Amino acid sequence: MRRASAWALLVVVALGAGRPAAAAPPLRVGSKAFAESVILGEAAGLLAAAAGAPIEDRRALGGTRLCWDALVSGALDLYPEYTGTLREEILRVHQATGGASGEASGDLAGLRATLAARGLGFIGPLGFDNRYALAMREEMAARLGIRAISDLARHPELRIDLSNEFLHRRDGWPGLAARYALPDGKVQGLDHELAIRGLATGALDVTDIYSTDAEITRDGLRVLADDRGFFPRYQAILLYRRDAEARWPAAFAALGRMSGQIDDATMMRLNARVKLDKVPERTVAADFVAERFGVRATRAEEAWWPALWRRAREHLALVAVSLLAAILCALPLGVLATRSPRLGEILLAAVGVVQTIPSLALLVFMIPLLGIGARPATAALFLYSLLPIVRNTYAGLTAIPAPLRESAQALGLSPRAILWRIELPLAFGTILAGIQSAAVINIGTATLGALVGAGGFGQPIFAGIRLDDVSLILEGAIPASVLALLVQGLFDLLERILVPKGLRSEPR
Amino acid sequence: MPDLSQASEVPETPDGGASGAPVIEPAPTLELLGATKRYDGKTVLASLDLRIGHGETVGLIGPSGSGKTTILRLALGLLRPDAGLVRFRGAPLDASNVLAARRQMGYVVQDGGLFPHLTAVQNVELMARHLRWEAARIDARRNELVELTRFPPDALERYPAQLSGGQRQRVGLMRALFLDPALLLLDEPLGAIDPLVRAELQDDLSAIFARLDKAVIVVTHDLAEAAFFARRLVLLRQGRIVQEGPIETLLRAPAEPFVTHFVEAQRRLTVTRDGGSL
Repeated sequence: MRRASAWALLVVVALGAGRPAAAAPPLRVGSKAFAESVILGEAAGLLAAAAGAPIEDRRALGGTRLCWDALVSGALDLYPEYTGTLREEILRVHQATGGASGEASGDLAGLRATLAARGLGFIGPLGFDNRYALAMREEMAARLGIRAISDLARHPELRIDLSNEFLHRRDGWPGLAARYALPDGKVQGLDHELAIRGLATGALDVTDIYSTDAEITRDGLRVLADDRGFFPRYQAILLYRRDAEARWPAAFAALGRMSGQIDDATMMRLNARVKLDKVPERTVAADFVAERFGVRATRAEEAWWPALWRRAREHLALVAVSLLAAILCALPLGVLATRSPRLGEILLAAVGVVQTIPSLALLVFMIPLLGIGARPATAALFLYSLLPIVRNTYAGLTAIPAPLRESAQALGLSPRAILWRIELPLAFGTILAGIQSAAVINIGTATLGALVGAGGFGQPIFAGIRLDDVSLILEGAIPASVLALLVQGLFDLLERILVPKGLRSEPR
Repeated sequence: MPDLSQASEVPETPDGGASGAPVIEPAPTLELLGATKRYDGKTVLASLDLRIGHGETVGLIGPSGSGKTTILRLALGLLRPDAGLVRFRGAPLDASNVLAARRQMGYVVQDGGLFPHLTAVQNVELMARHLRWEAARIDARRNELVELTRFPPDALERYPAQLSGGQRQRVGLMRALFLDPALLLLDEPLGAIDPLVRAELQDDLSAIFARLDKAVIVVTHDLAEAAFFARRLVLLRQGRIVQEGPIETLLRAPAEPFVTHFVEAQRRLTVTRDGGSL
């Protein structure tokens, strides 16, 4: 058992190795994985950097819950958020739906107080709202004389198709239909992007959009006025930790200038440059900061080769550390599982259950414990790698014919000598195959690490999905596949070298 | 499977030997006293008494399921008797001495029971290396056994899969004899060998037993083979000894009708097989 605890210690040390020195922590700026959030995060980073704060880039993290947990746990100092999201999804203090008048300054003061109690604060509102709205083609709306949502009630013949999420949200269609007495019968749910495309092509007449969607200008859409004030407001803010503000007062003073500076039209234009013109978010943000605040803070985009090399190193580090730790833990666990059938059942079931946890969920569970970056990703990959190794160790050992084990016992070898001299060498091929499959799965799963700020080949993949840019997706997917193939080949080679000759089938 | 060796390991003496208690009258090499073994409520060995003295060769015969192999496993401590006692060189087998006792026994099973990941010579020298014998001593002992078993020296570096059935059996025998055990246990040693090689190996084994002067138990279902190796035969049926003695006694003075039945069945087999008779 002493051995087992030594292994556990090693894992802890390996996971802890990534912790930075405590001297002067940089300002960790994050964003969620969609264009608007990344642009705002980049702009904030540029302003703070120009004011002298060293920036640690945590862009494009997996989602709201992940950013929030990272902020609360101190793994993140600042990220763009929306007041509506804070109330509805995070704090669960529902605002009385009430449109333009719905989020009075008093409400914002209340929000500020709630956040202050948790050591948090926000800059803003920045000026624009990114809330739900209903949109139609301009030409059709003009022809039918529809300006506001209440006008829809007069035209039951219009085809209304909505995004799936909107169709089921409390602050979505059910409430809206009731408020405006809209016909509820033939409304269909579909994907947000498809709905917007369908609207442009005339396949449907009305759908929900986000009020800063770049497509509004591109496709010539009319946003219908919320004349009965149904939609809650989603004002953009910069959410931050107050201890970071104390550390970098000059940077936060500079960030304060963003307050009220980005209106709906501006944000829509910035989104359009990224999503429609395929300009990198950092460039769009830099142009905006230069134009609006006269701050020339260029943070160079990484060149192609250094970026590839950095991602490869990040990816390999995730895989290598997690796999090594998994081998050190899974081998003894696999051996232990063969020693008692009951214990074996429990162990295999336990590592099997870990495998069934969706990878993104597992990553999110790690955030409160390990922060964001390489450590939660390494820990999650470690857990995922356990099953194939434990299972194959167990299978390899139990497949040894009983007479062979008996022969070893009859020689007078101790149980330990039997394990090391007979059982493990005989099971070696199977165990190696388990490690190989863990490694290959690991390389694929490690791409998800980008969602918790661990870098690696997942970064361009998720950026590509966000920006609808296939070449960017391939920039991550191809090296990841190549890496998986290389590792597979390496293990095939290892097998040829290491598996005892007598166990390979070869001509006599 | 209850395995005595799980409990603790005996400190290994340099030559791997366990010294028996110093007695004036040398104790029998192996004694089973009222040994009883049951599996799932079925009795496979019923209060069996068996003594094998120093240098004695015994042939255990009987139909399958009669308890032959169970006796060997009790002797090796691979099984623990449900009742009764197993004594090796006078000392009851228990968790504290079972590893040392096993190193004083040689066990040969059908097809050799060789470890497929080790070469012939690695199989043979496994225990001596584990016990850290000196290289010179290992070499000397290996050469001795290669000569004794008439094993082709150039095949020593081969893996079991590359050896013939007869060669595998000789490797198994060398491995069993390496630590110079006091008791040799053979379980159907020729079961997997084709007839021509079988006759040759039979002769060799017989000669080896004569030279070694060790206690030997040969388990076989073949009466002729048992009689070829051993003067003293023990016929088992359903976990009991039916009759003991030389082959002549079994033939001329059967203790029960079963003895005649068993002998007749064997004779019929032999007649059909090679036209001869016992």
